[in-house]
Amino acid sequence: MGKYILKRVLSMIPLLFVVSILVFLFIHLIPGDAARQVAGATATAGEVEAVRKQLGLDQPLIPQYIQWITGIFHGDLGISYTNNTTVAELFAPRLPITIYLTICSITWSVLIGIVIGVVAAINRGRTLDMLGMLIAIAGISLPNFWLGLQLMQIFSVNLGLLPTGGLEDWRGYILPSLAMGAGIMAILARVTRSSMIENLGKDYVRTARAKGLPESRVIMAHAFKNSSIDIITVTALQIGALIAGSVVVETVFSIPGLGRLLVDSIGFRDYEVIQALILFFSFEYMVINLIADVLYALINPRVRYE
Amino acid sequence: MAETLLEVKDLKTEFKRGKKDWITAVNGVSFQVRAGEIVGLVGESGCGKSVTSLSVMRLHSKHNTRITGEVTFEGKHLLELKEPEMQEIRGNEISMIFQEPMSALDPIMRIEDQLTEAISLHNQGLSKSEVHARCVRALKLVGIPEPEMTLRNYPHELSGGMCQRVMIAMAMSCEPKLLIADEPTTALDVTIQAQILALMEQIRNEHNTGILLITHDLGVVAETCSRVIVMYAGNIVEEAPVKELFRNPHHPYTKGLIESVPRLGRRVRRLPSIPGSVPDLSAMPSGCRFAPRCAYARPECSARLPELVEVGPDHKCACPFYANVRKEA
Ligand SMILES: Nc1ncnc2c1ncn2[C@@H]1O[C@H](COP(=O)(O)OP(=O)(O)O)[C@@H](O)[C@H]1O
Ligand SMILES: [Mg+2]
Repeated sequence: MGKYILKRVLSMIPLLFVVSILVFLFIHLIPGDAARQVAGATATAGEVEAVRKQLGLDQPLIPQYIQWITGIFHGDLGISYTNNTTVAELFAPRLPITIYLTICSITWSVLIGIVIGVVAAINRGRTLDMLGMLIAIAGISLPNFWLGLQLMQIFSVNLGLLPTGGLEDWRGYILPSLAMGAGIMAILARVTRSSMIENLGKDYVRTARAKGLPESRVIMAHAFKNSSIDIITVTALQIGALIAGSVVVETVFSIPGLGRLLVDSIGFRDYEVIQALILFFSFEYMVINLIADVLYALINPRVRYE
Repeated sequence: MAETLLEVKDLKTEFKRGKKDWITAVNGVSFQVRAGEIVGLVGESGCGKSVTSLSVMRLHSKHNTRITGEVTFEGKHLLELKEPEMQEIRGNEISMIFQEPMSALDPIMRIEDQLTEAISLHNQGLSKSEVHARCVRALKLVGIPEPEMTLRNYPHELSGGMCQRVMIAMAMSCEPKLLIADEPTTALDVTIQAQILALMEQIRNEHNTGILLITHDLGVVAETCSRVIVMYAGNIVEEAPVKELFRNPHHPYTKGLIESVPRLGRRVRRLPSIPGSVPDLSAMPSGCRFAPRCAYARPECSARLPELVEVGPDHKCACPFYANVRKEA
């Protein structure tokens, strides 16, 4: 098992390199003059050229890339010209907020999604099933920004129970993580339901019942354990959507996290920040995927020693 | 005569189809299994053998199944027990093995865990090492050469025959008095089939277990069983000791089944010696259900469902015209 994890971690390194090249090219090939952006709208042509030289933007792409990537290895993520600070300083307070928000969203949505799916599967075709799937359809079809605004309207404006935005205390996380996780919750509810229905009809479940196991044991120790393979796979596939969701939701709830920073930086064409953020989100995606893969291998003996 | 373990009386199993419709898969069957006896339950596929066995174990879904009649196991009325009481019986007093040994085991659980589950469920208070010892013993009983290694395996690492041995080990691990084997050899190679059948006979001999052996293959019955029950479209059509059945079949369906068994040294003239197939549950013919396929059918056959009546010592048949069949045969 340890060997498998090590292999997976090592395989992330070349992938990260490829991603960093793509991100770098993407930022440097899009139209728009970074030097002019930094120098300011009123700068003369001479001043812009001076800035370009100072930033190294007059160099060919390859040396620029090498300089950037070496900097990252030394903890230098670049400079935010809009804020006149290093990117690392911008990240420091925002990173924990986004990570915390992501963890909250994943946790509640996975738990609730699974519970709804299992309950629906056990009560297939009856009221609880219909109710669960109604919630799932709502969760899939409502866009997260709209859901966020509605939640804010109901719980913050009308009922005055929760803050409309910002993060004074933990209550500030409730509505954003609800809005962020709703989609995953809904997809997981549906996947769990169909996977559980399939597995509950399998021969080994009949064997488990024939052994005399109580139904709760049959459902959890056999059917659900097998379904968790599907659940992990689908959760991993939803991580991209979740990260994209954090960008939207942080903006709606004016949360000072990395997602919000991305939106602001795009507005100011703060290229080095955008570049570092995209690299970070790619990294986050890979790490969560790695965790999913390891869990998958832990549960499914048929892949472990490949 | 040995004590009767299982007594099934007038068992009827219906499934819900649509909102209000019920279809009858098993239509009032009665039979017995005694200790130390291997009883064959035969019939073409789709004639209700599995439904019968799962009804005895009460393994059908409660929501869409209606089971009536009486199932008595050692004086207990199984159909009236509460679910937890039934769980005490399953795997402990009555065990079951199935057709597809590979898919009957949980693919992501080690063999040891699957065996342990059954053993510690019905034997509370055993220590870990005692349970492990019983796992090893169970695998040895079914002739698995390296039990310690097999215990650590997952089902996909074993062959079909090994999986079926493991299934039998699991079924026997709590020393049940009755074993229901639903087509235990159908999915296996011929040589493995013979080994598994020999194993079941050995278990019967050593433990005096009653075995209900379900199969569509009369060849299997001839080798293993002492008594045979022939089922057709949800009804029992004939019941007799195995030698008597083969020598002296009374029901045209039984006769057809026997003729379709390929035998060494005898050229098979026509393998499917019964034309047509088992009728659909929702379109059962009136009267004798076999009549539409029966070479000896008469107009009276469609009037009334014939009853299973005694036609000789231990021999019952549900065809009032059996005498004609015998004459012509
Ligand atoms: N759970 C079920 N719901 C509805 N019909 C069923 C169910 N299980 C079996 N049947 C039907 O009952 C009939 C008998 O099936 P079965 O007992 O499995 O046959 P076999 O003799 O081959 O074991 C078949 O027509 C089958 O389609
Ligand atoms: Mg069957």
